[in-house]
Amino acid sequence: MSYEIKTPELGTVGLLRWLWRQLTSMRTALILLLLLGVASIPGSIIPQRNQDPTRVQQYFVNNPTLAKVFDKFSLFNLYSSTWFSAIYLLLFISLIGCVLPRTWEHFKNIRALPPQTPKNLIRLEEFRTFESRKSAAEILVIARAHFGKRRYRIRDCDASVAVEKGFIRESGNLLFHLSLIGILIGVSTGSLGGMRGSAIVNEGESFTNVATSYDSLSAGRFFKLSDFPPITLKVIKFTATYDLLTNAPLDYSLILDVTESGKSNSRRVEVKVNKPITFGSTRIYLQANGFSPKVTVRDNTGKIVLSGAIPFLPQDGNLTSIGAIKVPDLTPTQLGIVGSFLPTAERDKIRGGFSSYPEALNPRLLMAAWLGDLGLDSGVPQSVYRINTKKMDRVGLQSLAPGEVWEIPGNSNNSNNVGSITFDGVTQWVNLQIVRDPGKPFSLLGAVFALLGLLISLFARRRRIWIRTVVGENTSNSRVIVEIAGLSRSPGLAQEIDALVNVLKEKWGDDE
Amino acid sequence: MMSKADWATLSNNFVYSSMGIIFIAFISFAFQTAWSFRVVPQDLDTPNPKSVKYTKAGRIGIALTILGFIFLLSGVIARGVSAGRVPWGNMYEFSITGALAFLFAYLVTLRKYNVQWLGLVVTLAVLLTLGTAVTLLYVPTAPLVPALKSTWLVIHVCAAIISGGVFLLANCVAAAYLIMDRYQDEDGNEHRPNWAKQLPTLAELDQLSYRLVALVFPLWTFSVIAGAIWAEAAWGRYWGWDPKETWAFITWVAYAAYLHARVTAGWKGKRAAWLCLFAGSTFLFNYVYVNIWGAGRHTYSGL
Ligand code: HEM
Repeated sequence: MSYEIKTPELGTVGLLRWLWRQLTSMRTALILLLLLGVASIPGSIIPQRNQDPTRVQQYFVNNPTLAKVFDKFSLFNLYSSTWFSAIYLLLFISLIGCVLPRTWEHFKNIRALPPQTPKNLIRLEEFRTFESRKSAAEILVIARAHFGKRRYRIRDCDASVAVEKGFIRESGNLLFHLSLIGILIGVSTGSLGGMRGSAIVNEGESFTNVATSYDSLSAGRFFKLSDFPPITLKVIKFTATYDLLTNAPLDYSLILDVTESGKSNSRRVEVKVNKPITFGSTRIYLQANGFSPKVTVRDNTGKIVLSGAIPFLPQDGNLTSIGAIKVPDLTPTQLGIVGSFLPTAERDKIRGGFSSYPEALNPRLLMAAWLGDLGLDSGVPQSVYRINTKKMDRVGLQSLAPGEVWEIPGNSNNSNNVGSITFDGVTQWVNLQIVRDPGKPFSLLGAVFALLGLLISLFARRRRIWIRTVVGENTSNSRVIVEIAGLSRSPGLAQEIDALVNVLKEKWGDDE
Repeated sequence: MMSKADWATLSNNFVYSSMGIIFIAFISFAFQTAWSFRVVPQDLDTPNPKSVKYTKAGRIGIALTILGFIFLLSGVIARGVSAGRVPWGNMYEFSITGALAFLFAYLVTLRKYNVQWLGLVVTLAVLLTLGTAVTLLYVPTAPLVPALKSTWLVIHVCAAIISGGVFLLANCVAAAYLIMDRYQDEDGNEHRPNWAKQLPTLAELDQLSYRLVALVFPLWTFSVIAGAIWAEAAWGRYWGWDPKETWAFITWVAYAAYLHARVTAGWKGKRAAWLCLFAGSTFLFNYVYVNIWGAGRHTYSGL
């Protein structure tokens, strides 16, 4: 136990007060800011669940032990983890505790005058002295006028004048820090009251914003579906254009028909990659696109058991896509088709079948048919693009061009055909991302004012200058001795004082 | 009428010529430095064969640097014409524009400060950047991918590239400070070797790197804000901790710490110079690592 520190007498209140003072010091705020920077590094190296869930899964497969340790420290969801949030919440508490009292202090000082002229000007920066023929009063009048024109604050002292400039520097500094708090308000409003969802929609189909239509939906604690009025979006046409030489995409354009709640007629809009459509604080983005092969599956009696366009997931720049066609309603066993779709199919010895261009110029659907249990009732969520073939047997492979039919063979128990699949053609799908962020305007205003505050606090110059007149005892002709000096943290003080000296000397004809 | 391919070839010729010119500038600066081993500042005032050679080499270096700048500028413009857009679509283009911004920052600083001696470092850095660009990063001109088709490309990338150029210059100055610092004894007296006598004093170097950083820090802030506004329009969120965003934030924090350390904590000299170098390296890391090996959405770099 230490005897010097009187902790017991400090008591809880005292301790809390001490902690608060520590927390709200500039130093702590800076350390927390640095800590936040350092803490954000792992997230740029370790894959993040919200950005790239498949890479996270891959990590678990490749480095199971390390992945478990990472997961324990929330390193796969670093930016929403408790410890990361703790740092920035502390930072903002610290910031508020530091900035609000300073702002109040600054506000009270709005009319404050510069401090009295110090006794000893020689010790200050840029000390100048010279003798003048004019009277002390005249000198002070001209100095006051000179600085008045330059918008200094002026205080008349005994036989001297004190002037000050650069109050706005602290104003800018405070504005900057207060704006950071504005950004925090924006971010938290957005994450508590906002939502983010996405839905894959085929050409010709519609999306309505009820909870069941989203493929994924995450919402803040205070978001209610009623915050986003009903709306129906019909995908009319999606057009992708590509560069003929490099196959790189040039332009994506999505035409939608929008029907808002309570209106019977729809309006037509175009969505592009950098041009979402906006409804209040909700925006709808064109996020991704791909092909949906259209298929019809019939059982061995010829009855249609499945028909429609099935979104496939693109794997490369030429939109080679993979997908799964799941047919649970076939008797006696379920059917699963693992498919690859090639928009412009070509063949060579090394790669086998591949796609050579991202448009559907020569579409081909390659399929492997599996019979058995699709495992849909197991309760484990499944990807719509993949089939769990653990309890299934592969019965055949086939490649179809549009219009072609494949009679799917049976398995060893039953060698009759189980049915057929027709490749009817192809359409496209788009992934719509629906985002509501009510905090955006606060963040934007915060950012703009932070920048403004930063500019002011970096470039406004703060300085104090004092001018004193001394009626010399040992000077002839009762000349007046003028003393000038200043204080400044910014450059330019010398020039400012030289300018004053010139004015005083010129106007009054004092040469030396 | 010149075709797109003609413009692209023209651009390449300009870029290669500027490399040639800057290489000769580099040689001149190297000669100047070599001669400076034998010239002391007093010699400069009295014309003698040594000091004349010394001054001439420096002048030639600067003149060639300016010429190289003009050629590089033409190269960048021709590249833009050949692609029919701003020349900021892939890493080759970012690199040549970045080198241009860096040269520009140097030439502007040269008007106000005595930084001719930095020419050796600057031309070397430009040669390295351009050399990497034309050998490893070169891609033929191609149109922009849809994600980059936006006015924000012009605003955000332009601000980022200029900030990068000035940060790099500030790093050169800070590095020079650290080298010169080794010739200072405990009492603050400098005992520089001859070749270093022409260089500004430690205090001047210290001030200069601070000024450069303070000058572009707001521009860098603006570039990040513009990126966020663009991200909101392109990806549906203004901040998502994508690797490039994360490193932009880290760079921002590092430079903010540098400015605070100087202004509030009164750091100067060595410690400040090291901090400046550190902050600059986070920027470089963002450019090199995140573009090439990083995942995330800033993956238009065309590699
Ligand atoms: C919050 C959002 C964003 C941040 C913080 C951000 C950050 C940065 C940074 C730090 C750079 C500087 C150069 C470097 O060191 O690599 C940069 C460059 C660039 N950014 Fe962003 N960015 C954002 C959004 C965007 C968006 C939405 C796009 C386009 C879709 C974009 C496209 C580019 C391009 C083309 C460059 C120049 C090349 C490069 O250096 O990679 N940025 N961005």
